[in-house]
Amino acid sequence: MSVIQDVKTSAPAPGIRDRVRGFAGRHRSTTIIVMMALIGIVLPILAAFPPFTLFQTQIGWIDGFTNAGVFVLLAIGLNIVVGVAGLLDLGYAAFFAIGSYTYAYVASPFGNSILGIDVAATFGDAVGVVFWPMLIVGAFVAAVFGILLGAPTLRLRGDYLAIVTLGFGEIVPIVFREASTVTNGINGIGGVYRPWLPGVGTFSGVDPMPYYVTTVALVAIVLVFAYRLVESRIGRAWEAIREDELAAAANGINTVSTKLLAFALGASTAGIAGVLNTAKLTVVSPDQFTFTISFTVLAMVVLGGMGNFWGVAIGAFVIYTINNVILHSLNEFFHGLGVPVLQDIDFIQLQFLLYGIALVGMMLVRPEGLFPNSRRKRELHQAIDEPGEDENTLSEVTEEGGR
Amino acid sequence: MTAPAASADAPSARSFSSAGLVSVAQLAIVAVLLAGALLWMGPQQFVNALTLGAIYALIAIGYTLVYGIIELINFAHGDVFMVGTFLSLIFLTTLGFNGAITEPGLLALVLAGDFIFTMIALGLIGVLIERVAYRPLRNAPRLAPLITAIGVSFILQNAVQGVPPYFGFGPFNANSPQVFPTDWFVTLGNASIPVLSLFIIVTAVVMMIALQLFIGRTRIGRAMRSTALDRDAAALMGVNINRTIAITFLLGSALAGAAGVTFGLQYGVTNSGLGFNAGLKAFTAAVLGGIGNTVGAALGGFIIGFIEVGAAVAGLNRWSAAIVFGVLVIVLVFRPSGILGQQTGERA
Repeated sequence: MSVIQDVKTSAPAPGIRDRVRGFAGRHRSTTIIVMMALIGIVLPILAAFPPFTLFQTQIGWIDGFTNAGVFVLLAIGLNIVVGVAGLLDLGYAAFFAIGSYTYAYVASPFGNSILGIDVAATFGDAVGVVFWPMLIVGAFVAAVFGILLGAPTLRLRGDYLAIVTLGFGEIVPIVFREASTVTNGINGIGGVYRPWLPGVGTFSGVDPMPYYVTTVALVAIVLVFAYRLVESRIGRAWEAIREDELAAAANGINTVSTKLLAFALGASTAGIAGVLNTAKLTVVSPDQFTFTISFTVLAMVVLGGMGNFWGVAIGAFVIYTINNVILHSLNEFFHGLGVPVLQDIDFIQLQFLLYGIALVGMMLVRPEGLFPNSRRKRELHQAIDEPGEDENTLSEVTEEGGR
Repeated sequence: MTAPAASADAPSARSFSSAGLVSVAQLAIVAVLLAGALLWMGPQQFVNALTLGAIYALIAIGYTLVYGIIELINFAHGDVFMVGTFLSLIFLTTLGFNGAITEPGLLALVLAGDFIFTMIALGLIGVLIERVAYRPLRNAPRLAPLITAIGVSFILQNAVQGVPPYFGFGPFNANSPQVFPTDWFVTLGNASIPVLSLFIIVTAVVMMIALQLFIGRTRIGRAMRSTALDRDAAALMGVNINRTIAITFLLGSALAGAAGVTFGLQYGVTNSGLGFNAGLKAFTAAVLGGIGNTVGAALGGFIIGFIEVGAAVAGLNRWSAAIVFGVLVIVLVFRPSGILGQQTGERA
């Protein structure tokens, strides 16, 4: 109560803007849930009107938003690792794969035959009910792998972590592809059960709405978790490690276990995204988890603004939509024009070239991303704006040659 | 219990040195291991392993040079090598050499031209990459240049795949002309060894020795060593830091270009996705040998070559990437300074 009174007395005429801002500051979780609910309601409605309907139908859009939501989840998870804790994870798709396969093993005839269980016999028509507990199991399994990978490597310097995760991201699909007796090899595991919910029944393969609502809810929950974590003692420890690991250690932070926690939590978010994605696609195969996924998610985090969860979520959503809707449409449009040079350009093939350029350009020009986190911005600019570019690097010496 | 050496402040002992000459005991161990490998995989595969190892060694030196001087893992280096394979391919096909050249004089001329063109062009590409993507971020947080490196890697890959008119190979295999005849053999005992393999091994070793002499004996080499040791002190002594770092990139990329030429000659095929695996393996080689140490990188390259061919002999060739990755993790956990690197907590 006292807080509210404080606002009233200290600011004689608080505008609606300030009031909303004050409320949002004091009730983060409520704000996130309200915002996500609003976004969740508005998007499908928008999709029914012109600029959107030019590209595809409303159903198509809702389906696309759902897929984008999976990437939003991935980007939020990677943001904990890269944006908040400052650890470069280049094999993030591996944890996505682990989450996906975890669900496929428990919720498909093939997976059940490997595990020696039979969920279909236990739950009958409602077999998809396993989806809900599997969200947590998938997160847990991915986190365990995150710890297994992180424990030996997080003691080393950041660059090594990057290359080890890069290798891990490459190896996990190879293992799923080559250990074909237990993973069905390159064909992957099909016939995965769709989720089931009392009152809704088994989710339909035609109507994307139940998946859409589930995805929005999951994004909201994960966002709440992420925000609360980052503003907790652990979150401050992560930021301290990111900004100066030595100083953080000197202040009593156990850097290894704190980094490990960030790594495991990032991995578990990818696990959740994997379970959701597999439940929607009903099939999982090793070639879904190539390095391009890790790279795309990294681009989303960097472009959105490392450290800022809303920015990263928006970045992920926009990039996914540009990729999967607008580039396709551009392709069709230019191919339809019949101009020889334009016809040869394949915009979908160019997308990764564009990502690469965007990533380099972003780090050079605006390293804090399009929607920056204020503290991260200061940190990134403080170093870059210092004059270290002179031909005679004498100036560098005086300013304590920090690299 | 751990040394969280995030901001390297103390000058670490990196100086591209060979870190003490190998003792007789070490030489004996190496000889025994090599003899064992020769007996197990047979002379044919033994030479294959040496050839592959020579290519990895040339790439690994690029990682180690760059890491030694600016402490950056140049993720794009594997893709720089990949571009090298394509530059060599373009050089040969543009001049109309599509098959084996049996006339020795012409062959020598074409190969010399191919090496010179690819190494210079790729060296300049390396310098350009450094200038555009890494130099502006030299004082930025460590994450920034790592992210641009990964961005550059993607730019190179996709430029080769889809930028007309010279590139545009798509994600497919492209045939690289094997101008060096693959049917020339020398007989050693009861084994016939391809002359091409010997040529590649000798070329690689000659280049590595030349690099070692360059770093050890020339003025620029001394500038590189001093910059690696302590950049600020080197600057105070009048070393032009920017130019020295650019030369380091030039050398590393040129060696990757040589690796690209030899790769095309040996395997006759290349692919825009090649850089990823080759880069990972060469990086493992550099870490295995002790990153920052050029002799170590060469040694590591040969070891990785033996591991990969050994895996193929054992029928595990599809797992070779996984095996090499396992080696990387084991090395990082138990001896992060590598075989020849000094035991300094700083390095890890």
